[in-house]
Amino acid sequence: MTMAQITSPGPAQLLKFVREFGLTLTVVVLFTTLVLLIAGAPPLDAYFYILKGSLGSWVKISHVLKTWVPLTLCGAGLLYTFRIGLWNIGIEGQVMMGAVFATLTLRLGLNSQWPMWFLGLSFAAAALGGGLWALIAGFLKTKGGVNEIFAGLGMNFVAQGLILWLIFGPWKRPGVASMSGTEIFPQSLWLPYISSLRLSPAAIALAVTAVLITAVMLRYSRIGLCLKAIGGNSQACVLYGLTPTHFMLLAMMFAGGFAGIAGCLQVSGVYHRLLPAISSNYGYLALLVVMLSNYNVWVVPFVAFFFACLNVGSIQLPMMLQLDSSLAGVIQGALVLATLAVSAWRGRRAKIFEAQTQEAVAK
Amino acid sequence: MRVELENIHKHYGSVRANDGVDLSVQGGEIHGILGENGAGKSTLMKVLSGYIRKTAGTITVDGRQVEFRSPGKASECGIGMLYQDPLDFLNLSVLDNFMLGQVSGLKNEREYYRRKLLPLSTHFNFNLDPNSPVSRLTIGERQQLEILRLLSIGIKVLILDEPTTGISEIQKQTLFAALKQLAREGKSVLLISHKLEDTQVLCNRVTVLRRGKVTGHMEAPFDTRQLLDQMFDQLPTPPSRLKASPGDTILSMSDVVSTGGRTGLQKCNILVRKGEVVGLAGLEGSGQGVFLRVASGMSRPKSGIVEVDGRSMIGKSHREFKDAGVTFVPTSRLEEGLVPGLDITEHFALNARKTRFFVRWSNALSAAKEKIEMFRISGRPRSPVQSLSGGNQQRLLLSFLPEAPRLLLLENPTRGLDVESAHWVWRHLQTYTARNTSIVFSSAELDEIVMVADRILVFFDGKIVKDVRAEDTDSRELGRAIAGEI
Ligand SMILES: Nc1ncnc2c1ncn2[C@@H]1O[C@H](COP(=O)(O)OP(=O)(O)OP(=O)(O)O)[C@@H](O)[C@H]1O
Ligand SMILES: [Mg+2]
Repeated sequence: MTMAQITSPGPAQLLKFVREFGLTLTVVVLFTTLVLLIAGAPPLDAYFYILKGSLGSWVKISHVLKTWVPLTLCGAGLLYTFRIGLWNIGIEGQVMMGAVFATLTLRLGLNSQWPMWFLGLSFAAAALGGGLWALIAGFLKTKGGVNEIFAGLGMNFVAQGLILWLIFGPWKRPGVASMSGTEIFPQSLWLPYISSLRLSPAAIALAVTAVLITAVMLRYSRIGLCLKAIGGNSQACVLYGLTPTHFMLLAMMFAGGFAGIAGCLQVSGVYHRLLPAISSNYGYLALLVVMLSNYNVWVVPFVAFFFACLNVGSIQLPMMLQLDSSLAGVIQGALVLATLAVSAWRGRRAKIFEAQTQEAVAK
Repeated sequence: MRVELENIHKHYGSVRANDGVDLSVQGGEIHGILGENGAGKSTLMKVLSGYIRKTAGTITVDGRQVEFRSPGKASECGIGMLYQDPLDFLNLSVLDNFMLGQVSGLKNEREYYRRKLLPLSTHFNFNLDPNSPVSRLTIGERQQLEILRLLSIGIKVLILDEPTTGISEIQKQTLFAALKQLAREGKSVLLISHKLEDTQVLCNRVTVLRRGKVTGHMEAPFDTRQLLDQMFDQLPTPPSRLKASPGDTILSMSDVVSTGGRTGLQKCNILVRKGEVVGLAGLEGSGQGVFLRVASGMSRPKSGIVEVDGRSMIGKSHREFKDAGVTFVPTSRLEEGLVPGLDITEHFALNARKTRFFVRWSNALSAAKEKIEMFRISGRPRSPVQSLSGGNQQRLLLSFLPEAPRLLLLENPTRGLDVESAHWVWRHLQTYTARNTSIVFSSAELDEIVMVADRILVFFDGKIVKDVRAEDTDSRELGRAIAGEI
């Protein structure tokens, strides 16, 4: 089953999804247990700490949500590109460029009388920045014939370089330039937040909106239908009067736009400055979230939440169990491998028994 | 070798593609499988070749019950199927493709296989050059290659699904001779075909399917009348040529040169008038496909002038041709015409007005229902197009035709259709010509062209070598032109 073949979820498909998700989870747990055992950590304790470290208190939950927001935004964006059959690896760089454009806008608002205006403007600028960055990769693909994966990876490097240059060059802190980023913005340029949790409701609202818009776009809009059709057979779509390359660029812009907003939230809602690691690999992680969600928009928020919990919960794990701090990374790696293994298995199975997979739909 | 299928069921949800089919094949037998579109022929053969798994039933080979979980398992038991589009590796040579699936890869065995391929090829009178890349072969030659490969891995029961579509008359004769040769050597052949004449000359026995059930077994010689009764509810009535009174020019080409296909298109000069039905005859790939693609804006000519309704269309996209009233229906349905993964309703939504932001799903659904009914497509609004039988995919494509096109360009419009459907399609298309639409169609069946066309163009090697009115010619003359003997 290719990406474009996923139709809206019917009961049978939902069941299938639950089954496959359960399978992935089992593989993930088995794999991590193995890793933990090898590392000499008691697995049950480890799982307990992950749970406690992510959902153990309101503050922890708010940390999880702060990770959930960019993951969900990027996930929503990636649904457009996956729909048309593009691998938008460049999403990471698109988050970064969103952050850069947001920072630029906020800097312009530093001494302004209306900081809220600049705050609002920063979102538009970030969406534009991410979108344009994605568009470059899109043009490289449609005009230059460069595979979008390589184009995206290249653009990610460029974006990272640009951020470092900005932090150590034009935007460096007065006196010292350091990896800790640019000068912190005054509070007036921060996204309003609930002070006890340091969590901004606007960010959550944005992520939820992104999911809703994407669901509506993919299911009910003509654009959504065209993306799916071109993803299925771009040659035939010419016969239907569509121009595949236009839609590819459009999908890239959607993905880049959502990623840019995620980047903006990292700046104005979380760190209040530009950091070298501003994108925190959320773009790459979102690729896995979407794959694991079987490209289903309604599942993405839940899988994103799961990944966010793991991400936040495993930070403290090494400390609690007195293990090397690289363990968190190893667990994430295990997760990635398990996801890939299951989706590869799924793809192979689908290919061998392609006819069978249609049965559920045919009823 | 003796293969027996007993009470085979293959269900897709509530669709019973095969509903209790019994069939047995002996060594040395050529067994025909007949039936209308969607009867379940391909499904049955895919079950036998391990490509899909049956819902219920038993398969026995020489009295031993077997269970095929993959095509590989079936070929280990000596059963192999030739698919309509053999999945060759186009960049590899004939020899490489022949060796696929046979070599261990440990040592270089090319010489061994070359020595194996050549005599096998001459044995069946095939003409294959081991060194030429597969991408340069015609469909018929690729088919020959695949047959040789299947035989050399030890296939004793050979299954062919509509093998004569897209191959030339000569290749067809060669194929038939080869199949007879195989039968003489004790192998069995299972042949799906829509052509009663072919079954008549080739098969010892036939089995007729209808809606997933067997409606008859018969031994040669066959009573055609009875076979038709077993295949169809109503007997097909052939369409007849309409007396057209052509009007003004709708399409004109002057000195058009184009690349593409095997031969390209050379110096093409042609006028098509309103209300005319023009049949394009010629060996597969002699330029008809390129002609239709240039005339529809799907590909751009290297030089020359294309005009629709007196307006120059040079440099225009297919979309602009469409806006000018030109509709093109390609022959390869799942590659060029339909989008696998989308269902019937989604295709109608894609065809609907393009200016709206939101899709009118209810409109698309009712359009789908209406056309399914009207074109008697066996499928549901929510069936993914790849689950439709070959003939039903073709009907679906034809159901997309707009209300009032000015020029219809149809590539093999009845390929894969059963006799009854083919006739039905033509009667339907003739309602368009009555409304002054011009039709230009290609076909591998000379009979079909002679039956419905007002005017016939014969293509040879990328050139139009003959342009005659249908009443001024006959099959013999046309046959010579097709072979290039002018
Ligand atoms: N994967 C599938 N999912 C659902 N229905 C299917 C699937 N494959 C086949 N069918 C249905 O099973 C029936 C039989 O299909 P099959 O392809 O065997 O017909 P056929 O006899 O080969 O017809 P044709 O002459 O048109 O090729 C059809 O109604 C088809 O829609
Ligand atoms: Mg078939």
